[in-house]
Amino acid sequence: MSKTNSFSLHFETDWKYADAPESRDHIDLKEQYELFINGQFQKCSSAKYFDSINPANETFLAKIAEANREDIDQAVKSAKSALAQWQKLQAKERAKYIFRIARLIQERAREFSVIETLDGGKPIKESRDIDIPLAAAHFFYYAGWADKLEYAFPGKSVKPIGVVAQIIPWNFPLLMAAWKIAPAIACGNTVVLKPAETTSLTALKLAELIQDAGLPPGVVNIVTGAGETGAELVNHPDIDKIAFTGSTEVGKLIQKSVAGRNVKTTLELGGKAANIIFKDAPIEQAVEGIINGIFFNQGHVCCAGSRLFIEESIEKEVLEKLKWRLETLSVGDPMDKNTDIGAINSKQQLDTIKKYIKIAKEEGLKGFESNQSIPKKGFYCKPTIFTGVSQSSRLAQEEIFGPVLVVQTFRTIDEVIEKANNTPYGLSAGVWTDKGSKAFNLSSRLKAGVVWANTFNKFDPTSPFGGFKESGFGREGGLQGLDAYLKMD
Amino acid sequence: MARVEVLKTYKLFIDGKFPRTESGRYFKAKDAVGEFIGNMCLASRKDFRNAIKAARKSQSSWQDRSAYNRGQILYRIAENIEARKKEFSDLIAKEQGLSQKEAMSQVESAIDRVIYFSGWTDKLQQVFSSVNPVASNHFNFSILEPMGVISILSDSFTSFFEFISVVSASILSGNSIVILAGENASLSALTFAEVLAHSDVPNGVVNILSGKAEELSSHFASHMDSNALILVGKHTNRAELETLATENVKRVFCWSHEEIKASKFENPYYIKALNEVKTTWHPIENISSSSSTY
Repeated sequence: MSKTNSFSLHFETDWKYADAPESRDHIDLKEQYELFINGQFQKCSSAKYFDSINPANETFLAKIAEANREDIDQAVKSAKSALAQWQKLQAKERAKYIFRIARLIQERAREFSVIETLDGGKPIKESRDIDIPLAAAHFFYYAGWADKLEYAFPGKSVKPIGVVAQIIPWNFPLLMAAWKIAPAIACGNTVVLKPAETTSLTALKLAELIQDAGLPPGVVNIVTGAGETGAELVNHPDIDKIAFTGSTEVGKLIQKSVAGRNVKTTLELGGKAANIIFKDAPIEQAVEGIINGIFFNQGHVCCAGSRLFIEESIEKEVLEKLKWRLETLSVGDPMDKNTDIGAINSKQQLDTIKKYIKIAKEEGLKGFESNQSIPKKGFYCKPTIFTGVSQSSRLAQEEIFGPVLVVQTFRTIDEVIEKANNTPYGLSAGVWTDKGSKAFNLSSRLKAGVVWANTFNKFDPTSPFGGFKESGFGREGGLQGLDAYLKMD
Repeated sequence: MARVEVLKTYKLFIDGKFPRTESGRYFKAKDAVGEFIGNMCLASRKDFRNAIKAARKSQSSWQDRSAYNRGQILYRIAENIEARKKEFSDLIAKEQGLSQKEAMSQVESAIDRVIYFSGWTDKLQQVFSSVNPVASNHFNFSILEPMGVISILSDSFTSFFEFISVVSASILSGNSIVILAGENASLSALTFAEVLAHSDVPNGVVNILSGKAEELSSHFASHMDSNALILVGKHTNRAELETLATENVKRVFCWSHEEIKASKFENPYYIKALNEVKTTWHPIENISSSSSTY
């Protein structure tokens, strides 16, 4: 693989930032975490615990309980028995509990950010500026809906669905928990949530905070474990609704397991977003957006702009600027406030990314990566860009979920629309152009649930998020996100 | 001597044309008392695939039609059924064993349903789209977009009214469909195809097959180029069909005969269900300061 140009800035040597580590003194982590069922932390019946480690340096963080069938059954029962009381509570009172959660998150934002970064490997500036504030904002937004649901769907009377099973991924642990829990309980449902096994900590800290909020026991239950635990939850006969965020592969398994059952399902699955740059685009901003689009959160983003389409006439210029920008990204300790790209979430994910880089080399793809060195311990991957990728390449077809960008070029609008839509996924897309009519043309033709025009990777509690095609169905966020948690008559 | 009646051959409706089934197979359509009415095409998997292909080809241009235009085309369908009311009611009376009066009343209700749905084309978006007040300097809005190609399978459409209801609700927002007529409403369904053929409905937007649900159901559920599956009525193999549908994360909807016939079916939420929400972001200059993620 070629290195970037020799005349580029050497941030590693000449321009190296001084260390700016975030302190971890003010966080409170226990040695061992139990299951949160019926408002209490309780030991798992398997007596099995697994380690949660810091992917940035592979050190031990805490032991986490592994829930089995018996635990899941208890959690679901607890959620079920909490339903009547939770629904009986006046909606405006229900709202106040959720507002409390939002406030408590804001109050402890720094602690949650640090734990999120330690447990998941994402740069502290992202957990601090994006994950945690957005999680609080989600609770705040949906809290306000609790007593206004009658206005959300004109002509319909709405009721909660019941017990909701929620399974979330490791890329935005607390934020995904907020996306799931906030609308569910605002609508009067009760919840059993399972975080991903590599990132259980902020969900368990959220459980502590839910205790502090005085939420009635059983309204939110948090159970930890890996795929098997998730399967037990999905297959439990007493759940009325499943909300899942994760890979398309697992999403299909969940869809299979609910086949023929009357369990309402929403799936937020994988993606392979096209990010399209036209020659009339504001190039500097676009380059920034492309970098953000793929390298935000180490590329562990289902809506990452992982396929870049450059209009042929500006290919050279854009690639040159991308190379330069790549060199200025600082890769390393996620706890450092200057870090742009932190640690890959797990050894397993790092292996997956490496597998794709190997495939790229076997396919003979040209690529470049930054010259910066990466820490020896921990799971790291240099940001990498492959150019001249063909439509049939596995790198252009499959979700890598890492800091790997594949670049293709195009000449005409029809061609790029065809190429961009030629994927089973349809989660997000980006378009960069200074021409309004072109942006609207593209945004209406791209088969994707979210289209970012002259921006990328933006999220907001009021903005519905979710996919077309094999990126799943249902929306999270906004008024539209209530639909998933209500029965309508 | 009495004149010998000319009997009509009923064929499939794919891509705006009336082909026979490629399989050459047939089944005997019988009226309500079991008398032979005619030989119907027994559509095959290949016919279904051709129909999906036609639906896909037509879909984006149908979606691109203005909502006003789609509304007028639906209205035109209603006008053209109205003009052939007598023919439809005769057929329905025969198929379903109804009195002339009952049959005519069903045709009239069907016409009224099409008119009801035709009016939604240019109102749906206004009822269900939103501008979202995001906390950053972006203009952000969400609109509905059709899912694409929908396969519609009934255990058996029990009436022309039901068939028409499902067709109009599913195509009005820009979806293309492949629908199985069902064994005891296939004459009226395929006669309806003639109405579609001269109501300016673009070729391929509605494709109608006649055949057996049990034979075609797995193909309806599993085809990789169909975005959604509507199961009408009771399907004993529902779990199996829903499992097949997961191969491309198809959206599956189960509608009962009763709900389609009920007056409550006249409501936009059935239409909305067959659409995706698309959210678009664009920066706004200088509304307030915001920081980039890097």
